[in-house]
Amino acid sequence: MKLVLSWLNDLAPIGTDVEALSSTMTALGLQVEQVLVAGLTVEGVITARVVRTERHPDAAKVHRVWVDAGDGVERHVWCGAFNMVAGDVVPLATPGTVMPDGRAIEPRPILGIESQGMLCSASELGLGADQTGILILADDTPLGLPYGEALGIETEVVFDVELTRNRPDCWGHLGAARDVAGQLGIAMAPAPAPLAATGSARSATVELLDGERCPRFTTLVLSNLVVGASPAWIARRLTAAGMRPINNVVDASNYVMLELNQPNHAYDLDALGSSGFRIRLAGDGELITTLDGVERAMTTDDLLICDGAGVPIGIGGVMGGLHSEIGETTSAVALEIACFEQTGITRTMNRIGLRSEASGRFERGVDPYGIERAQARFVEVLRESCPDLVVHDGMIDARHGSLVPAERVTEVRVSEVNRILGTALDANRIEALIGPIGYRSRGTADGRMTVELPSWRTDSWTEIDVIEEVARHYGYEAIGKAVPSSTVPDSTLHGRLSGSQQRRRQLRQVLLGLGLDEAITESFLHVDDLVGAGLDADAIRITNPLQADEDVLRPSMRPGLLGAVAFNESHRRSGVSLFEIGHVYPPGDRVGDLPAEYEGLAVALAGQEAPAAMRVWREVAATMGLGARVDQSAVPAGMHPTRSAVLSIGRDVVGAVGEIHPDVLDALGVSERVAWLELDLSRLLADEPRIVQSRPISRFPSTDLDLAFQVPDSVPAERVEKALRQAAGGLLAGISLFDVFRGAGLAEGSRSLAYRLRLQAGDRTLTDVDVAALRDKASSVVAKLGGTLRS
Amino acid sequence: MLDEVTAVRDSGLQRIELATSLDEIDRLDAELLGKKGAFASFKTSLASLATVDEKKAAGQALNAAAATITGAIGARRVVLAAAERTRVLAAERLDLTEELTAPRRGHAHLVTQAWERLEDVFIGLGFQVAEGPEVETDFYNFEALNMPRSHPARSGFDTLFTDYRDDGSVLLRTHTSPVQIRVMQTVEPPIYMIMPGRVFRRDTPDATHMPVFHQIEGLVIDRDITMAHLAGTIDAFTKAFFGGAFTSRLRPNYFPFTEPSAEFDIQRPDGTWIELGGCGMVHPNVLRAGGLDPEQWSGFAFGFGIDRMARERHGVEDIRDMYSNDIRFVEQF
Repeated sequence: MKLVLSWLNDLAPIGTDVEALSSTMTALGLQVEQVLVAGLTVEGVITARVVRTERHPDAAKVHRVWVDAGDGVERHVWCGAFNMVAGDVVPLATPGTVMPDGRAIEPRPILGIESQGMLCSASELGLGADQTGILILADDTPLGLPYGEALGIETEVVFDVELTRNRPDCWGHLGAARDVAGQLGIAMAPAPAPLAATGSARSATVELLDGERCPRFTTLVLSNLVVGASPAWIARRLTAAGMRPINNVVDASNYVMLELNQPNHAYDLDALGSSGFRIRLAGDGELITTLDGVERAMTTDDLLICDGAGVPIGIGGVMGGLHSEIGETTSAVALEIACFEQTGITRTMNRIGLRSEASGRFERGVDPYGIERAQARFVEVLRESCPDLVVHDGMIDARHGSLVPAERVTEVRVSEVNRILGTALDANRIEALIGPIGYRSRGTADGRMTVELPSWRTDSWTEIDVIEEVARHYGYEAIGKAVPSSTVPDSTLHGRLSGSQQRRRQLRQVLLGLGLDEAITESFLHVDDLVGAGLDADAIRITNPLQADEDVLRPSMRPGLLGAVAFNESHRRSGVSLFEIGHVYPPGDRVGDLPAEYEGLAVALAGQEAPAAMRVWREVAATMGLGARVDQSAVPAGMHPTRSAVLSIGRDVVGAVGEIHPDVLDALGVSERVAWLELDLSRLLADEPRIVQSRPISRFPSTDLDLAFQVPDSVPAERVEKALRQAAGGLLAGISLFDVFRGAGLAEGSRSLAYRLRLQAGDRTLTDVDVAALRDKASSVVAKLGGTLRS
Repeated sequence: MLDEVTAVRDSGLQRIELATSLDEIDRLDAELLGKKGAFASFKTSLASLATVDEKKAAGQALNAAAATITGAIGARRVVLAAAERTRVLAAERLDLTEELTAPRRGHAHLVTQAWERLEDVFIGLGFQVAEGPEVETDFYNFEALNMPRSHPARSGFDTLFTDYRDDGSVLLRTHTSPVQIRVMQTVEPPIYMIMPGRVFRRDTPDATHMPVFHQIEGLVIDRDITMAHLAGTIDAFTKAFFGGAFTSRLRPNYFPFTEPSAEFDIQRPDGTWIELGGCGMVHPNVLRAGGLDPEQWSGFAFGFGIDRMARERHGVEDIRDMYSNDIRFVEQF
C-alpha cells in the first residue's frame, strides 16, 4: 500500500518528519519498505512560447520551431511533432538537460542547423502516457519558468508500506493516519459533514437475493454531473498512490477507496436496466465479460451484481462488467457502496484468478459502517470538479441478517493483558493506549473492561485481539526482555538431545569419519526414476506438482543418491562416497491418517565393491551397538544378485547391503560399480543400544592360534567366525579373518578361510595343552558346518 | 696366568676402543665375556692352580679384568649406539610436504552443520528437540494452527497435496508448526522445545527459494509465560548464536497461530539489521487445539529458516548450489 504523506496529514496532522514517521509506522507493524518521492520534475525544462514554425525542404519527419522562453531571444529547435501552432506554450528542454530516460540534450545539428534544445511530450516528462505530441500548456502560462512550477506540480512523499493481513483498515489512508496519530497523541481531523440531499427523491432500487454473500448494499443517485478531468491535486495524489487518473467520476471512486478503504462504483443510471440492482449468485456456467475484456464462466458459488432486469454487470466485490464504465455523456450515476462476505470473495478470486484493488480489500475486510462517510466523501470529492452536483434523496440501504452488528464489544481482563504481555498496566492506561484507535472502553468492573471493537477492524473479535492492540501501542520494545525459568513445581527441564537424536549424530560422525560426504537429494521423483532404480513403481502421488516429472514422493533415497553419483561422475568426479539421512515415504499404511514415512540412511560408494559397503555397515553397527543378520539368500530389489544381502533384526528387515545391480547403473549412466548400504533408522535409532560393560584386561600373556579351513562357498564366513567364537569361549581375546584363498589345492566350490585367534586367560598363562584342545574343538565345530581344518 | 689375563684384557680394551659398530662390540662381548669366551676359559683353568692364595689372587685379578672389559664394552656401546642413532636419523629424513593422496574426511551438508549449531545453542538454553512427520494432515498443518478451511492465509502457503487420502487432507507440511500441536498433545507442560525439520512449498526454485527447505521452530508453554519472555529468549539466542555484540528486536506482524505476533530482527554490530523470522504468543485457539487450557497455560513460538543461516554464514549466493550434491561444492566446507 502506498501512503501519501500529504494525504495522511489531511486526515491527521502527523507532521512531515519522514524518518520519524517511518520508524513509528514500522514499530506499529506498518512496515515501511521504502520512501518514495512522487512528482519530481526534470531540471532544465522551462516554459516557452512558439513564435513560428517552418518546414525544411530536405526534412520530412521534422520541422523547425522557433520559441521564446520569455527573454525575447528566439531559439531554434528541430521538432518531430507537428501539433503546435504559433502562440502555444510548450515545455522546452534546454541544452544540458538530462531527461528521465537518460538522454542528455545537446545542441545537435540536423542538416547543419543546430537545435538549441528539445520540445517535450507529456510522456517524456513522466506526466502520463500521452506521447502523441508536444505537451501544450495553458495560454496564460508564464514563460521561462521551470515547467513544474508553471504546472503547479508538487512533490509528494510516499511511504510504500507492507501491510499484514490483520490490518484491513490500513488499505485506506484513514486507517494508517488513525494508527499513527493515536500513537503520537495527535487528534484526528474532523470527518466530513454528513451527506445532505440537495435534490428530489430518486433511487436506484436494490433487490438483495443472496445477502449472506453481500450483507450490505447501498445506492445513492447523483445527477447533474459533468464528466471531465479531475483537479490536479486529486490526479496528483492518485498518481502518487499508484493509480492512473481517468476522469473525475472514476477518480472520485478511487480516491474514496484509497482514503477510506471503501471500494465503490458509480454506474451510469441511464444504462442501468430498470434503474436498479439485483444481487444474486450466478447460474452454473453463466457468462460475464469483465472490465478487462475477458469472458468468464461463473459457478453457483460466485456472486453477480446485475441490473434491475437481471443482466449481470459485475462480479460482486471483484470486478465490474465490461459495460459498467460511465461514458463521457453520463450525467447521472448510481453510486454503489457495499460490503461482501470475505471468504466468498477469496473463493471467487482464487477460482477465476483475478485480483483487483477492490477484491483485495473486500477479502481482507472493509468497514460495513463506513459507507455513509464514503458516500459523503465521494460527493465532496466530485464536487471539486462538479460544483453543481445534485445529491438525490432516497438512498437505498439494503441489509442482510448476516451483517455484523454496528456495535461489537468484548471483555478484556486487565490481568490477562498483563499475563500475556508481562506488563503492569491498569485499566486507565490500557484505555489511553487503545481508545484513540477506536477501542473505547465502556467501563471496568472487577478488573474486567468492556471494550468496543471498531467496525473498521474486521479482524478484531476477542480479548487476545485487543491485547495485541495494547501491545502495539504500548510498544513491543517497551515490553522488555526476560529469560523464562519454569515455575512449575518439580518440573525437570534439561536441554538435551533424546537418545535417538544423539545416536543420529553419532551415526553421522562415524560416516563422516569414514570419509563419506553428506548429500541431500530430491524428495520428489517421477515413477520412471523408481523403475530405473529397480524399485517398485507404487508411490504416493503429489496431486498438484510443481513439475510433471516430480509428482511422486520418494519411497527410497536410491534414485536420488545414484543420481548424485551419476552427476558427479559426469563432472569428472568418479569414486564419490555419499550418504544421506532423510525421510522416505513408502505408500504403505500405518496406524493413523498418515503413510508409513520413516527416516532412512543410504550410502553409495562409487567405484567400490560390496565389501566396502559391508565395512561401512560393520563400523556403523559396532559403534552404535547394533546387530543384524546378513542374509545373502534374499536379494533386495535392484541390487546385484550375488553381491547383496538383506539386513534383518529378528523378523524385521532393517536394510540392505551390497552392490547396485549393473542394469540399474547402466540405466542411470553410471559406469563405476556402486557399493550400497541402506538402513531404516526409525528402528535402529529407536532401540536403546546395549551398553558395553567394561572387562578387565588380563595380566597374563596371550598366544595366537592361526587356523585355516577349507569351507564350501555356501557357508558364509560369518557362520564360521561365529562357531569359532563359541568354541573359544572365554579364552578368546580377538579373532580376525586374515586370508581368503580360492584355487589350487582346494576342492571345487570351496575356499580357504584363515583366522587368527588371540587367546588369553584371565587367571593363568595358557599352556600348549590348552591351545591344542582349542584347536581340536575349533576343528570339530567347523567340521559341523562342512569345513575342514587345513594342516 | 695373571700375565695372560693382563694380555687379554689389554688387547681386549684396545679392540673395544677400535670397534666401529655395535655388531663388532657384540662379537667382542661374546668372545671375551661370553659362555665360551676367554674369561670363561680362564675361570675354568683357575681350578688347576695349586694354592688357595694363588686361586684367590688369580680370581680377583680375573674379576677385576672382566669388570674393566665389561665397563669398556658398555661405554663403547653407548658411544656407538649414539653414533648409529645419529646416522639413522640423518638417513631417514622425510619431506613432510610430500603428501600423496591421503584418506580424506567426509563433509557434513551445510544444512546439517547449521541445524546442529542451532540445536546446540538451544540445548544450552534449556530446550529439547522434537520432530514430526513431513507428510502431514490438514488438521495439524492448518486447522489446529487457527487456520480453518476458509482461512485466506492458507493460500499464502503454496501447499503441495498428496493423493494419500481422497479428500486431499494429507499434504506435505508447509512449516514445522504442526509439530507444535503434536508436542502439546503428547507432552505435559512445561514445554521448552525446538522443532527443526524439512518443509515443502510449491515454489519455483531460484537463487533464494527451494521447494524443499528447512526450518527451526521453538515452542515454550509454561505458567505465566509473557511476551517479555519471548523477547528475552530471542535475545538470548541471538547472543549465543551470533555473538554478544548482536542484539534483537521485535516488530508487530501477523500470523494466524500467534497473537500478538512479531517479526524478529537481528542487529549486527555494525548497526545493520537482518530480518530473521516470525514469532509471537501462542494463540489461545492453538493451545486449545493442542489440548491445553489457555487460562492455565501461556506460551510463545518462534521460527526461522535453517538454510538461510547456512547461506549467510558461508556466503552461498545461490541456494540451489547447496542442493546440487556436487562434490566440488560439498568438499569446500
